[in-house]
Amino acid sequence: MPIARRSVLEGMLAAAASSFVPLPGRAQEATILTRPIPASGEVIPVIGLGSWITFNVGNDPVLMDECASVMAAFFTAGGRLIDCSPMYGSSQTAIGYGLAKLGMPKPLFSAEKVWTSGPDGPGQIERSRQFWGVPRFDLVQVHNLIDWQENLKTLMDMKSAGTLRYVGITTSEERRHDLLEEIMRTQPIDFVQLTYNVVDREPEQRLLPLAGDRGIAVIVNRPFQQGALTRRLRNESLPSWAAEIGVSTWAQFILKHIISHPAVTVAIPATTSVDHVRENLDAGRGVQMDAGMRARMASYVQDL
Amino acid sequence: MAEWWSYRPEDMLLFSPRVYWRMFELHNAAVWPLHLLTVTAGLGAVLLALGRAHGTARWVAFILAILWVFVGWSFLWLRYSTINWAIDYLAPLFLLQAGLLVIAGILPHALVFDRRHGVAGWNGLAMAITALFLYPLLALAFNWRQAEVFGIAPDPTAIGTLGLLLMTRGAFRLVLLPIPALWCLVSGLTLWTMEEPTAWLPIAAVIVTLATYMLPTGRKS
Repeated sequence: MPIARRSVLEGMLAAAASSFVPLPGRAQEATILTRPIPASGEVIPVIGLGSWITFNVGNDPVLMDECASVMAAFFTAGGRLIDCSPMYGSSQTAIGYGLAKLGMPKPLFSAEKVWTSGPDGPGQIERSRQFWGVPRFDLVQVHNLIDWQENLKTLMDMKSAGTLRYVGITTSEERRHDLLEEIMRTQPIDFVQLTYNVVDREPEQRLLPLAGDRGIAVIVNRPFQQGALTRRLRNESLPSWAAEIGVSTWAQFILKHIISHPAVTVAIPATTSVDHVRENLDAGRGVQMDAGMRARMASYVQDL
Repeated sequence: MAEWWSYRPEDMLLFSPRVYWRMFELHNAAVWPLHLLTVTAGLGAVLLALGRAHGTARWVAFILAILWVFVGWSFLWLRYSTINWAIDYLAPLFLLQAGLLVIAGILPHALVFDRRHGVAGWNGLAMAITALFLYPLLALAFNWRQAEVFGIAPDPTAIGTLGLLLMTRGAFRLVLLPIPALWCLVSGLTLWTMEEPTAWLPIAAVIVTLATYMLPTGRKS
């Protein structure tokens, strides 16, 4: 069923900064905050779950069960969006295994990618769907701009036919932001996925404001620079004012900075740890930062 | 897949070191006690090379061919490819290498042992010993269950093959060197991207092979 994206777009962004909607998580905790998808108004929690590297565990039964445990903790803590790609080795298989083991949790918001050149896009998406075991994907994105014109047409056709709810495009490379910007300006996409964090802030200049203007939901990948950022900060002290903003770890500091940007819809940290997935989801609870505090956070890290 | 140029080495690393090393642990458990057979075969190949008897090089080629088929099928195709799609393209090269080794064993004088004790011979022997003994010993410093064993895991198999080939002469040797050298480069790059301390070993094997081959006496057939 096509979504009349422009009919619900107007005014949505202006309200985004104040449109956090609580979603039930663990009963004893504050609810996780949500953001609306501009195309539809549907809300999703601001913290999702990435699967790059962490869920590529091959046919290792112990690690498959660990992935399922991470997913169980994610859903229990109020998470919804899980992101994957055919490029991520066996991650799709691990996600499908976890979803089946957990009885296909209803809150799931499935975000996949198409990663191929030429006419195999529909076939690849169908294979991905079978790996996941879902009736259809909520979101499919063109992976890293690969053959983006052909693949975007495939996704738009699927959306028109009602076999896909949202269409998106991704990159994790700053040097490709010019092309990404052009696509955001000219194509009716629902989601864009890019890299943004407290040290990689180039998207603040053009892409995030553009997403706001165009009513495009933003998924933020590599929030921890694949772990490099948290490793770098591991031996540094959090600022003395960290407790005031509800932050007790560097991971929460980084995630709160990201999801507090009004144009960001959801950040997708990846982890193999149940404790870390809970910690990540906790960053989506409580007070969020205004522009002044976000600048202060970035400045603090820059000065370390 | 297109746009290969848009990927960096770290983008191609699809798995964590933990998953990578557990892969060896699971594989070792699955194929044990074949390790005893493959190491014995490798040791036999080295003894044949040291004996340098006429006509025995072909038996070394046949032994290596069997090991390349086994490693390519059991480790690369059935196990490694599940976490690294690029292996789908590399595993057939192991079959090709096995085929080339069989051809080298069949063709007369395609591969003969060098009767002289030269730098190439000593370098080759050092590489073969590294593959047969140093690799399993290295695992003792980390986790012996995750040991990379000659004839079971690709790195020591490729390095041992390069070493044994350096101990031979023959025009066909040039045909047999590229695939194990390519594997060593790919594996070294993978380990380097994972920041593993053993990354230098397969890369050093390629450098030693190239340097030895470039020696004035290294290319004589």
